[in-house]
Formats: sequence, C-alpha cells, structure tokens
Amino acid sequence: MSIITIERKILEKNDAVAEFNRNNFKEKNIFAINLLSSPGSGKTSILEKIIESLKNKVNLGVIEGDIQTKIDAERIEKYGIPVAQIITNGACHLDAILIRDAFSQLNNKQINLLFIENVGNLVCPATFDLGENIKIVIVSTTEGDDKPLKYPMAFRKADAMIINKVDLIPYLNSSIEILKNNALKINPNLKIFETSCTKNIGIDKLCEWLLDYINSR
Amino acid sequence: MHELSIAQEIINISAQYLPPYKNISVKAVKLKIGKMSNVFVDSLNFCFELLSENTPLKNAALKIQIVPVVVKCNDCLMENEITDDLIYCPNCNSFNVEIKCGNELDIEELEIEESQEEAK
Repeated sequence: MSIITIERKILEKNDAVAEFNRNNFKEKNIFAINLLSSPGSGKTSILEKIIESLKNKVNLGVIEGDIQTKIDAERIEKYGIPVAQIITNGACHLDAILIRDAFSQLNNKQINLLFIENVGNLVCPATFDLGENIKIVIVSTTEGDDKPLKYPMAFRKADAMIINKVDLIPYLNSSIEILKNNALKINPNLKIFETSCTKNIGIDKLCEWLLDYINSR
Repeated sequence: MHELSIAQEIINISAQYLPPYKNISVKAVKLKIGKMSNVFVDSLNFCFELLSENTPLKNAALKIQIVPVVVKCNDCLMENEITDDLIYCPNCNSFNVEIKCGNELDIEELEIEESQEEAK
C-alpha cells in the first residue's frame, strides 16, 4: 500500500470561480448580493419591492435560482430589469460556476447592483461562495423565531438579516425580539431589518441602507 | 444535499492524482472536515458510495478527521475550543473572537494499492 499526498481544499474549484466572479463584478463596477432563505419566506417579493423603489436610482440586475420553473424570472422581467434564470433541476444550491455562466447572459447589460436569488434552502447555499459582496438572509415570521439557532451557518455568514411578514405577528406564536436575539447570538454583527411586502413596511429603510452601503464602498 | 457536490469534487480531485497507466485501487481517502463546515458525514458517505461506483475510488473508505472549532479571543487573548453553535470566548464570554479552525473541508491523501497486473 502507498500514500498519495493531496492536501487541497475540496471546494477549491468553486472558490477559484467565485474569485473570478468577484473580480469580474469589481471590474464592471457591480455590487453583488446573495439572497438566502427558506422556500416561501418572500425573497422574490422583497426583490420586487426593492426594484420598485430603486430602479430609477441604480442599474439593477437579477440572477434567479430555482429547482424548477421560470416563474421568478417572469415576475422580475415585468419590471424591465435584466434577469437570468438558473434552473438547477434538483440541485439544492447555486455554485460559482452556475453564476459565471448565468452572468454571461447579462454581460452586455449595464448593471451596478446585482441580486442573486439563491435556491430556497437555509442549509446548502451557505457553503458555496458565489463571488458576491454580501449575503443577506431572509427569515419570515411564520417560520418561527428559532430558525437562526437551527440553521446557524446561514446566519453566521450573512451580513444582514431581513425579518419579513412582520404584519402577521398578531396571528403567530413567534416573537420578533426572540428571533433577533437568537440571530445576534449566532452573529453579533448582523444588521437587521423588519419588512412586510404586502403592507409596505420597512422597504424604504432597507433600500436606503442598500444605497448607502453601495455608495460608501 | 450539498454533500453530493462535495463527494463529486472529492472524486474529481482524487482522479487527478491517479496514474492512468496502472491498475490502482484506492483503499481510502483521508479528509479533514471542520465541525462548522456544514457537512453531514453520513450523507457524505452515502453520496460518495453512489458516485464512486465505476471509478477507481469504488469501495474506498472515507477516513474523516473531524476538526474541532477553536477560537482566539481578541479581548482576553485566550484560545479555546467551543462545543456549541455560538461563536464566543468560553473564558470571558466576548463575541470578539477569531475562528482559528473548524471550517476545514480538505482532502489530505489517498491510500492506494497497485495491482501486479498491467492495465489493459
């Protein structure tokens, strides 16, 4: 028996392409945001609200990741925003290679703020660097206030957290305060926003922060 | 099930190290996996077994060294292992810590056996 030494990172190929994406975005003056959440927490709805608010202020672009259907890309297309849809056919997360290929469809568009809507899943997407500038995790009140403790990696790696569907709190047994505390235990640096897309709560504050964040770079 | 992608990468990387002109069977693949790397080892074993079928890694065992999470506190300067999901200094409870290890997802080495027979 003999030994072959390797000593390499298992995800080095993903990391190398993520670095390529990062440089590519930087060169084109694009700020990229990776949106993570469970299915149904409101990623696309929040994106629609951000688009309504920011489309005249900054050049937006979207990469949609889904296991099946172009439903999300069609929703975004209605706003006249450049969008590319990735259909993973079962894969539970996006990786840097998928982003590189999807972005080639948007290459000739003028984009300064790119949203990457990951596959709805709080586990697997947290492991893969896509080359984004920041990660934002969305958690809706209906999911319960224990989610940051149950899926710590997504919250640990995020720069900001959006608590969506805050208008439903009167009907639920979950608490925004407990949710916030749990998230801050996992990641004390997390910037937190509260939103409701149906009642138009908190969207202005979120968009203001996004603009400030991008401009202060 | 991101373990499926990870298992595929283990096979891809290993294949680059196997001399193509010899009859080689891989007995084991040594991995280093950090406790915080979000990998479920049972699931990784299952995916690896499925994907390695019809490759030189068929029947290879994954020998996995689990790396504990160790943080260095920027306030009290102590280095400590942590055992729950909260990343803080167990000595002074500060959250101002630097993660020293626990995020590993590395392929270390292959244990191989060469058959006497030349490959056809």
